[in-house]
Amino acid sequence: MGTSAIACEGLCKRFGKATALGGLDLAVPEGAVYGLLGPNGAGKTTAVRVLATLLRPDSGHARVAGFDVARQAAQVRARIGLAGQNAAVDEILSGRQNLVMFGRLYHLPIGAARRRADELLAQFALTEAAGEPVRQYSGGMRRRLDLAASFIVAPRVLFLDEPTAGLDPHGRNEVWQTIRTLAGGGTTVLLTTQYLDEADQLADAIAVIAAGRVVAEGTPGDLKSLAGGDRIDVVLRDAGDLVPAARLLQARFRADVRLDNDSRELSVPVTGRLATLTEIIRSLQDENITAEDITVRRPTLDEAFLYLTGQQPPSSGTAAPAPASPSSLPR
Amino acid sequence: MTLTPAPPGTLHSRLAWAITDAWVITCRDLAHWARQPGAVIANTLLFPILIVLMFGYLLGGAMTVPGGGDYRDFLMPGMFAMTMVFGIGATLAAVSADAARGITDRFRSMPMATSAVIAGRAAADMLNSAAALAVLTGCGLMVGWHPHRGATRAVAALALLLLLRFAFVWTGIYLGLTYYRNPEAVTAARTLEFPVGFLGNPFVAISTMPAWLSAIAQWNPLSSTVSAARQLFGDPTGSHPSWITDHAVLMAVAWPLLLIAVFFPLSLHRYRHLSR
Ligand SMILES: Nc1ncnc2c1ncn2[C@@H]1O[C@H](COP(=O)(O)OP(=O)(O)O)[C@@H](O)[C@H]1O
Ligand SMILES: [Mg+2]
Repeated sequence: MGTSAIACEGLCKRFGKATALGGLDLAVPEGAVYGLLGPNGAGKTTAVRVLATLLRPDSGHARVAGFDVARQAAQVRARIGLAGQNAAVDEILSGRQNLVMFGRLYHLPIGAARRRADELLAQFALTEAAGEPVRQYSGGMRRRLDLAASFIVAPRVLFLDEPTAGLDPHGRNEVWQTIRTLAGGGTTVLLTTQYLDEADQLADAIAVIAAGRVVAEGTPGDLKSLAGGDRIDVVLRDAGDLVPAARLLQARFRADVRLDNDSRELSVPVTGRLATLTEIIRSLQDENITAEDITVRRPTLDEAFLYLTGQQPPSSGTAAPAPASPSSLPR
Repeated sequence: MTLTPAPPGTLHSRLAWAITDAWVITCRDLAHWARQPGAVIANTLLFPILIVLMFGYLLGGAMTVPGGGDYRDFLMPGMFAMTMVFGIGATLAAVSADAARGITDRFRSMPMATSAVIAGRAAADMLNSAAALAVLTGCGLMVGWHPHRGATRAVAALALLLLLRFAFVWTGIYLGLTYYRNPEAVTAARTLEFPVGFLGNPFVAISTMPAWLSAIAQWNPLSSTVSAARQLFGDPTGSHPSWITDHAVLMAVAWPLLLIAVFFPLSLHRYRHLSR
């Protein structure tokens, strides 16, 4: 890999009193799909706007595809694609008219622009709706058209700012599929998201950002370990045993035991998996507390996110997928 | 596959590059008209035509023009100018919608000439206004209005009207790029277009106004263009001798140039530094 497709150091940007970027450092290797994960207001959009030459940082440097975003903006622009937070396509024109227009603005000759538009329409499963005005497209189709427009010149670096925000699960799946295809062609992708499972699904590496700084970086697996190692979940038969059992284990392991009344479940962070497992079983037996189920598991990305950003992961609203259940309790 | 466009090197090719970009942007608007002809007619033409009919036929009989002359002849240049005023709202709405929906950002992230997006917008709006002016002239001719002082002066009058529109294009672009985050501001600006007309001379002669209003109305840039157009068409001017009405043609050139000198650089600056 060697060279970085995106490299930035100490990027700072303030808007009045709000600090959008507080010293952002990133190094994204060529060909990677890199996830920028952070809660609302973390500075994701500001970072993308700086890297896509749309916004000047107050301080710091950034290079994209080998060119400085401030001093060589034209060279950067010739090598990037951008799909912003909302689908930036013309609603009145048809899908094909949009792509031909953007192609011409990349200075493809008219014939080449038309051919490229048809190619992309086919690649993004929009051929059937190509002549319809975009106003009539579904949310997922609009997003796909937006992605197609950002991919006209097969850019070296593609910026996708919350590409599935506001989509239903079906639309989200379509867009994920599209992004995987684009990434397969060797383009470096920087993708921002508030959704852990989206980063997990698409990205090779993730930077978690909060207040405009990277608070953790690594593969999805690395981040899970950062959240504090493995956990053991114990489901009890009687809800009445929960509190005494939690006290017992808390004293026994000097660890922060979480309990959930609805699922009659305790969750204990552990270091040595098997040794702790046998200890827990023995301690509970000694107190005549019956466990229905015991699982050893790695922490979820939700827990990692919570731990790293100090914030609740975004709740599963209409667009957000429900976080995977950590419990092995049959429902 | 890589299609990386090579940015142009020489000044000449850079200029050609910018013109192509601007033309593509202009064509986008032409394609809008082709897709929604009804909206174009409703937005830019319906209102002035209705006003001509309403004032000219329903109310016109009751209106007298100080210094003599037919009210319908007095009104036509005013309606031409009002059509130019309504253009501010059209420009503002188009520019702010693009900025709010991220289309402007997409353009700014592409290897386009910086000035091309707003230049293309300006060209499209000028074509639109020229077409509107042509249709309105046709309507005027049908209701019996016609220029009295020859074709050259009539063309000069139309040119002054378009010059005013050109100044309003830059005003609209600037306002659109400034207030796009605030839909109420955009609506407010569009609602204010009509009162701006009443603070000038398109509908009534300045000499009939109370003193405070006539002071405002005289110095309204719109009034200079309307007065100049009335003089050049040979329509009744609603006699109001004052320095500014005596130099109406001069002021109809000076006002728009001043507006352009202010709003063109501001628009370009806003475009370059568009923040979300
Ligand atoms: N144009 C702006 N004007 C004022 N504040 C802004 C502007 N853009 C972003 N901010 C502020 O900067 C912070 C980061 O915003 P943003 O980059 O949009 O975060 P994210 O995309 O992660 O939600 C937020 O506190 C936001 O309110
Ligand atoms: Mg954002």
